Amino acid sequence: MRFSIYRYTPGKDTKPYMQEFNVDIAAHNCNMLLDVLLVIKETLDDSLTLRRSCREGVCGSDGMNINGKNGLACVTHLSGLKEPVVIRPLPGLPVIRDLVVDMRQFYQQFERVQPWLQNTDTAPTKERLQSPEDRAKLDGLYECILCACCSTACPSFWWNPDKFIGPAGLLQATRFLVDSRDTETSARLAQLGDAFSVYRCHGIMNCVDVCPKGLNPTQAIDKIKHMLIAEGV
Amino acid sequence: MSIATQTFDAIIVGGGGAGMRASIELAQSGLNVAVISKVFPTRSHTVAAQGGINAALGNTDGYDDWRWHMYDTVLGSDFMGDQDAIEYMCKEAPQTIYELEHMGLPFSRNPDGKIYQRAFGGATRNYGEEQARRTCCAADRTGHAMLHALYQKNLAVKTKFFNEWYAVDLVRTAQGIAGVIAICIETGEVVFLKSRATVLATGGAGCIFQSTTNAHINTGDGFGMVLRAGLPLQDMEFWQFHPTGIYGAGVLVTEGSRGEGGYLLNKNGERYMERYAPHLKDLACRDIVSRSSIIEIREGRGCGPKGDHVLLKLDHLGEAVINERLPGIRDLAITFAGVDPVKDPIPVVPTCHYIMGGIPTDIHGRVLTVQNGADQIVEGLYAAGECACVSVHGANRLGANSLLDLVVFGRSAGKHIQTAVREGLSQLEPMQADIDAALARLNRWNEASSGESVDEIRKTLQKIMQDDFGVFRTADNMQQGFVKLEALRERLSHAAIKDKSPHFNTSRIEALELDNLMASAIATATLAHKRQESRGAHARYDFTERDDNNWLKHLVYFADGRIDSRAINMAPNEVQPITLRARD
Repeated sequence: MRFSIYRYTPGKDTKPYMQEFNVDIAAHNCNMLLDVLLVIKETLDDSLTLRRSCREGVCGSDGMNINGKNGLACVTHLSGLKEPVVIRPLPGLPVIRDLVVDMRQFYQQFERVQPWLQNTDTAPTKERLQSPEDRAKLDGLYECILCACCSTACPSFWWNPDKFIGPAGLLQATRFLVDSRDTETSARLAQLGDAFSVYRCHGIMNCVDVCPKGLNPTQAIDKIKHMLIAEGV
Repeated sequence: MSIATQTFDAIIVGGGGAGMRASIELAQSGLNVAVISKVFPTRSHTVAAQGGINAALGNTDGYDDWRWHMYDTVLGSDFMGDQDAIEYMCKEAPQTIYELEHMGLPFSRNPDGKIYQRAFGGATRNYGEEQARRTCCAADRTGHAMLHALYQKNLAVKTKFFNEWYAVDLVRTAQGIAGVIAICIETGEVVFLKSRATVLATGGAGCIFQSTTNAHINTGDGFGMVLRAGLPLQDMEFWQFHPTGIYGAGVLVTEGSRGEGGYLLNKNGERYMERYAPHLKDLACRDIVSRSSIIEIREGRGCGPKGDHVLLKLDHLGEAVINERLPGIRDLAITFAGVDPVKDPIPVVPTCHYIMGGIPTDIHGRVLTVQNGADQIVEGLYAAGECACVSVHGANRLGANSLLDLVVFGRSAGKHIQTAVREGLSQLEPMQADIDAALARLNRWNEASSGESVDEIRKTLQKIMQDDFGVFRTADNMQQGFVKLEALRERLSHAAIKDKSPHFNTSRIEALELDNLMASAIATATLAHKRQESRGAHARYDFTERDDNNWLKHLVYFADGRIDSRAINMAPNEVQPITLRARD
C-alpha cells in the first residue's frame, strides 16, 4: 500500500516535503494506519516522528490529517483509505517535526475556559448528589480526549487561534456550564460574551465531522449561545 | 560537564493518576512542585482504565464495610499483600473517592443521586459470601474521567508541568536522591531538576510483552532508574494477565462487562467458569479466570479456526444496558474486533495487563531498600502508583483496586512530603561525579555511531517474555528465556540510533526506554525463576501449589543479580490479621 507522508526536520530540511513509502501491509499484519506508521519507523526510516501512546483512541496523541481529513491514526482502518494515503500534520498549528505539531495554542484555549469544577458551597462530607438525569447532561461532553482534531479542522480557529476558543475548548466550557454541581455558571458565561470567544463559530460543523469520539461541539456551542442570550450577556 | 539546574521542593516524575494526585496535595500546600511527564498528562495510561475504582461506600448494596474490602484484597493477593498497607488503602478509599467527586469526576449515578457502584471480580460481602457491588465508575471510561479531573484540578491549583520531558536517571548522592536528570523532548535541552523529594510515578512496564493492554509509553522507566541507582525492585514475578484482551489487538475489555452480567464461552458454547469457580464464576479473581481460559484453549476447547481464544458474551444484556454502562466497549469491539457486542460475542484472550510488583515503599510512599536483612528508607525518594509496590496487590490485584492505589498512595506521598519539607527535609548536594553518572547512558546513546537497531532488540525481548514468562511457567522455559535475555542485554549495550537530531527525537527516547524495558524484563525473569511455587498470577507447571513454608515472603532484586527477601506484613493496626487459607 502506498503512503505519502509530510516530512520536516528543523535544522536539516530547508522546507517541508512529501515522502513516498510502500508498505506490504499484509506481511506486517497492519490493520490500522498507526500500525503502518510504526512499521515505517521501525523498518524503513527511524527518523519518522509522530506522537502515539494508547493505540486505542483514548489518549488522543496521534491526531493527524489523513487524506485531507483529521483523525486518529490508531482507529483509522487501512481498508477504508484511498491510495496513496496522504498524511500531513494537523493543520493550522506550527509544525515541530514531521507529524508533530506545537499544541500550546490549543491548550491555552482549553485553559481559558477554566476547565475545572467550581463550587463555592461548603463541600459535604460525602459525595455531592447528582440525579442520573443531571449526570446524563454531561454525556457527549466529558468524553473529549483533547486530540485537537476538531479545533484544527475549524476555519474560525485557523483565523483567530488566539481569540476564538475553538470547538474543543468550548465543548469543555459546556461540560462545566451544564454540570449541576458547578455554581459559577454566570461568572463563566460573563467570560464568553465577547465577539470572538464563542461567536466566531459560524456553524461550519467540520468539528462534528472529524471528532473521533463522535462528539458534537457545534451543538455544545449552540447551547452556550442560548445560555448567553438567556443570561443577557 | 556543567548542566542547567532548576530547584524545587518536590519533583514528580510521571503525570498519570498517582503523580497528579500527589502534585495536587503539594501544590495546594504552597510547596514548589513540578510534574515532569513524557506525554501531555491526559495522555498518560491511567486514561485507558475502564471499569472503575473500589470503595466500600455501600451505595448500590445499601451497606458495605472497608473490612470486607480488605478481606477480599488480602485473599485476592494470595496473602502476598501487606495487611497494614491494604488496611490503610481500604479504609482511606471512601474519603479518597469523595475528594475525586468534589474535584468534578463525573461518576455514574444511582436514582438517589449517589455514586453508582457495579459488581467486579473478587468483590464479596461479609468476608466471602455473596457478590458485592463496590466499584464506582464513570460508565466504562473511569480512568479517562479520573485523569482529566485530576489534570483539571492541577490547573486550578497552578501546578507547574514539564510536559513532554523525559526523566533519564536519578541523581544519587551517598545519602540519598538529590533529583533527576531530564531531557526536553522538543528541544533536546538537558536539565538537572534538583529537589528535596523526588516522586517516581512512572507506571507499568507492560511493553516487555508482545501482547499487552498497555500503551506504548509503559516502558518501566522508574524500574530502570531505581535499579541503576543501586536500589531494588520487589515481587517482579507477579504480572497480571487480564482475561479479556481483544483477540489479535490486545486492547482491553473491562471486567465491568462481566460485572454487568457478561460471561465467557468456549467453542462448545459452555460457560466454563461455572466449572472452575462455582461460587464467583466469571467474577472470580483475574488470575483464576485467565488460567481457566488458557486451560480451555490448551485442551482444545478454544474458539476460532486456530482454537486460540475464547468468547465474551454480552448481547443478553440488551442494547440499552450496553449503551449506558459499556458504551466504550461497544466502540472498541466494533473497531478492533469487527463485532458489535449487542449482537455477537467478542473474541478475547488473556493479555498482559499489570505489574503487581515494583519499587518497594511504605504506606507514605517512601522508597525502601534492604541492607543486612533490614528495611532502610532511601532519603529523598518516593514512589506511588503502578511502579510502586507497597504492597497492596501482592500476587494478584483485584480489578478496580489499581485506580484506588494511585489516588490513595499518590495522596499519602504528597501529604508525607509536605510534612517532611516543613520539618526540614534537606536538599542533598550532589558532586559532579554523581551528575555525570546520571548522564552516562544519555551520553552513550548520543555518541554511539553504529550498531544494531533498537526496534529489533525490543521485538526480540517482547517475544522472549511472551514465550517463556506468560500465564504458565516452567523452570526449563524460564531458564532458556533468561539465557536469551542475557545475550540480548549484551547486544543492547552495542546498539545505536541513526537519528541524532535534537528536535523531538523519538528514536532517542525509545532507546532510553529500551534500557528500562530490559531492566524490567531481567528483574521479572530472575524472580520468576527463583520463586518455586504457584501463587496468584505466578503459575508454574513444575511447582503447582502455593508453598507458605518456603515462599511466603517478598523477593527483592538488585541490578547486580543479588536477591534478598522481606517479610510480608500480617499485622494490621485495627483489625485481626487475616490468616492463611486456601483461596478457592
